[in-house]
Amino acid sequence: MGLLSIKVYWGDEMKFLKATWAILCKDLLTEKRTFVTMGSMLVFALIVILIFMFAFDLAVGLRKEAASGIIWVTLCFAGTLSLDRTMALERDAEGIDGLRLAPFDHTVVFVAKVLTNWVYLLIIAVIVLAAYALFGNVMLFNGGFFAIILLGTFGYILIGILVATLNMQIKSHGPLLSVLLFPLLIPLLLAAVNASSLVLNGGDPAGLRTWVNVLIGYDLLFLAAGILLYDKILDE
Amino acid sequence: MIKKAPKTLLVMDALAALGLISALVLVFFFTPVEQTMGMVQKVFYFHVAATWTGMLGFLLAMVASVAYLKTKKLDWDSAAVAGTEIGMVFVLIGIITGSIWAKPIWNTWWTWDPRLTTTFIMELIYAAYFVLRANLTEIRQRARLASIYAIVGFTTVPLTFLSIRIFRSIHPVVIGDSSSSGMFAMSSSMLFTFIYSLVVFSLFFVVVFWHRYLLENNQRNLTTIIMEED
Repeated sequence: MGLLSIKVYWGDEMKFLKATWAILCKDLLTEKRTFVTMGSMLVFALIVILIFMFAFDLAVGLRKEAASGIIWVTLCFAGTLSLDRTMALERDAEGIDGLRLAPFDHTVVFVAKVLTNWVYLLIIAVIVLAAYALFGNVMLFNGGFFAIILLGTFGYILIGILVATLNMQIKSHGPLLSVLLFPLLIPLLLAAVNASSLVLNGGDPAGLRTWVNVLIGYDLLFLAAGILLYDKILDE
Repeated sequence: MIKKAPKTLLVMDALAALGLISALVLVFFFTPVEQTMGMVQKVFYFHVAATWTGMLGFLLAMVASVAYLKTKKLDWDSAAVAGTEIGMVFVLIGIITGSIWAKPIWNTWWTWDPRLTTTFIMELIYAAYFVLRANLTEIRQRARLASIYAIVGFTTVPLTFLSIRIFRSIHPVVIGDSSSSGMFAMSSSMLFTFIYSLVVFSLFFVVVFWHRYLLENNQRNLTTIIMEED
């Protein structure tokens, strides 16, 4: 595979980026060969969208107003699949021991895992938007909305990888992830849903700016938390 | 390995018990009945005191968690457990007493006010903390992962409060705006009882915290002894 042909060498300079790149390529290659994570996320996300459509049976006019809430809930649910899977993969194949022993800072693992899962979630987000637009017959493709999805999913993945790595070390790890993760997501969800809603339906630009600031603050806070704490989470 | 409660603690137990009883007497017989709210206002003295000590517990748990990660001393883990557990119970007392007060005053048991919502979410975070602990059996691992979760959880609390406040200031609150209804001026006897309750609850907190801390330490040591014998 082309991606892997870039040689990883342990010089001092660029070491961090190269190690990150190596893990990223490894994860993407595994995903390319199996399509398990993206496959299950995709099916699950579509089912959630469908359930919302049936459960609310909204009139056309209301579908756009409800869009931001439904889409964010769907992304949050679908995201747990990739978060759980990405760490379970390491644990079950004992790849995590390899990562622990590798001669680089564990922050590399954090950054690489964040990037891979962010890519998955962004792809799913685009498909979810398309599906909602198609089933609901509403127009959702909007630059501002994409920007908010970029910010929101980034924050979600940052804290998600922290919690998933923690969760991986629990023996019966499956169902616990959402219990541990969702209470921590409230500020992110509030900001993402409200900002998206303001972008899609129009509204107070000052309010939008505030919510975007909350999103950026959340992202920065958990970027810092991840860099500071990841070593402690992974270390045994 | 197994430690009994020291004498000082037993004396403090008695003091806390006396304090709580005397606070009850003060609340019911010393303070006047508030003019507009009536008897239900009396819940306020214990409501504020319980919530304040509960928050103190969460703060202590977070400090102890940081200390554990720094020093790797298991005593800090016990302190974190004690702080969180007592924090949860005290904040729950705060929520319940608050609801009792809110029903006649705001005409609802619950409103999505920033303070109420944030405490509710804090309870969820710390419930998750205990779910996490219950699922980890290896002592060191449990201490490490629980500490990290407590730190991350506590970090989100100010952000949660902030975001809910923004949410509420954009959307008007229909029922029960906390700033407009339910405020009252305290008379000096009310203020005295209020401060007295705060002090008594803080003492009560220290006592329960100390007991819980000893219990957690003993429990862990006992588990270690049993495991070593196996």
